[in-house]
Amino acid sequence: MDYYFIITTLMKIVGVVFLIILPMVSYTVYAERRVSALIQDRLGPNRVGPAGLLQPVADALKFILKEDFTPAHVNKFYYWLAPCLAMVPAIATIAVVPFGSTLFGVPMVIADINVGVLYVFAIASLGVYGIVIAGWASNSKYPFLGGVRSSSQMISYELSLGLAVIPIFILVGQLRLTEIVNYQIAHGWMIAPFIGDWLNPVKWLLAVPMLISFAVFTVAIFAETNRLPFDLPEAETELVGGYHTEYGSMKFALFFLGEYAAMITGAAIIVTLFLGGWHLPVPWWGAEGFQWLLINGDAPGWRGVLGGLFNIATFFAKVAVLLIVFIWVRWTLPRFRYDQLMRLGWVFFFEIALVNIFVAALIIAYLPL
Amino acid sequence: MAITVSRPKLNWKERIYLPAILSGMAITLRHFKNMLFGRTKVTMQYPEEKWDAHMPEHYRGAPALVRDTAGRIRCVACQLCEFICPPRAIKIIPGELPSDDKFAKVEKYPNEFDIDMIRCIYCGMCEEVCPEQAIFLRKDYAITGFTRADMVHDKEKLLEIGGVMEGVVLKWNEKK
Repeated sequence: MDYYFIITTLMKIVGVVFLIILPMVSYTVYAERRVSALIQDRLGPNRVGPAGLLQPVADALKFILKEDFTPAHVNKFYYWLAPCLAMVPAIATIAVVPFGSTLFGVPMVIADINVGVLYVFAIASLGVYGIVIAGWASNSKYPFLGGVRSSSQMISYELSLGLAVIPIFILVGQLRLTEIVNYQIAHGWMIAPFIGDWLNPVKWLLAVPMLISFAVFTVAIFAETNRLPFDLPEAETELVGGYHTEYGSMKFALFFLGEYAAMITGAAIIVTLFLGGWHLPVPWWGAEGFQWLLINGDAPGWRGVLGGLFNIATFFAKVAVLLIVFIWVRWTLPRFRYDQLMRLGWVFFFEIALVNIFVAALIIAYLPL
Repeated sequence: MAITVSRPKLNWKERIYLPAILSGMAITLRHFKNMLFGRTKVTMQYPEEKWDAHMPEHYRGAPALVRDTAGRIRCVACQLCEFICPPRAIKIIPGELPSDDKFAKVEKYPNEFDIDMIRCIYCGMCEEVCPEQAIFLRKDYAITGFTRADMVHDKEKLLEIGGVMEGVVLKWNEKK
């Protein structure tokens, strides 16, 4: 047994899930509340701690201290299972995402498996079970409608989600997420190929289908995570609370946090696929003229450690920027009508993604890269 | 007769939907920035900053009994406010002034004067009906208490809120 591997992997799991993802989830909720408040000319929670920064702690305490009530008319087993199913896939998906280069020689990815993105799609689509089972087990009409809506919505948008990433795999030739990041380090980010022979016009031509892929993928992630403008499963005005109407206390909190964890995972995957992952080049004028300086954990001694930490910080900074955009969009756009949502998914995004694959394939096949 | 509502004809820019999204996001971003840099001043941080300075002249807050400049409780326990009060929040038990009192000719004074602030609707009828200019609605608005009994303002409390009123008619003073 390779004890070194097991121990480092366990440390990575605990570090990423408990020290980064879960605090990030609670502070995304905080950011959501503050940003939405500022957008609406309010202040938001600013009382608990400096600038309200302890608000997530207070919220968690409240949720834990509340009575954990199970209504009499629900299917007990599935009612209890659903919140777990909402939370677990969102966190499990983060396992394959490379969130940094190396730290002390250990690669900063929990499981560097060769099916990478397929694993992400497989696990992330399990998230719909949490919602559907919650809707069904609640034995009540509004949660049921929410569950039905969510299942058709998520299935519809998974199509464009899957098709949107195919141009990347045609280009890179690998599903492994670390390889995709390495490709972007060598050739520039997918939507902005400024590294390597950046004067080659074909690279920039190829960036156009990549940009379309990026847009389609991002919109599909919005729909997958039930964020506005696609939050039909929990449309408050129509469905009371949607699929979690019958839930209270910590079980409701699990749905709530699962949604935000899914948002973080989605943002992490967008960053990895399109925005260069943990890579942030530094412009440098050295002896041989201008070049992009690559910072990673390979340097000896403390510089390597600092580099590794810098990469991790870069990755989560990019994720945070995307999360702010998610929040910003949510508080700008109104909700779609259900038929509009389906039309958008099946008639527009599906076709756009499909055509986009052929455009990218033609560019890669017939133009010298 | 059925009326056909004509749908607006959208040009391609409106149909593609993206410019509208972007302009919407620009609007929310502007609000966000203005709020972030403190250019929008809407919220009053309540417990630190209060309404007191911004209260309009006609504000109707908690009703209160007043004393005049001679220190006399102006109420003569005529009970008109008790009768007019729409939610019946006022309870007065009158007493008789002793004959050696400086204002003995007034004859009555309120022995007890309670206003139940849970019932009070701040309509100001008591102030309007009072023939003695003895009860006024002041600007206190944060009336709180832990029990129902706490929320009943007795005579001392009402006088404390009311304080001394200047510039009212002093019809019971001795003629010069």
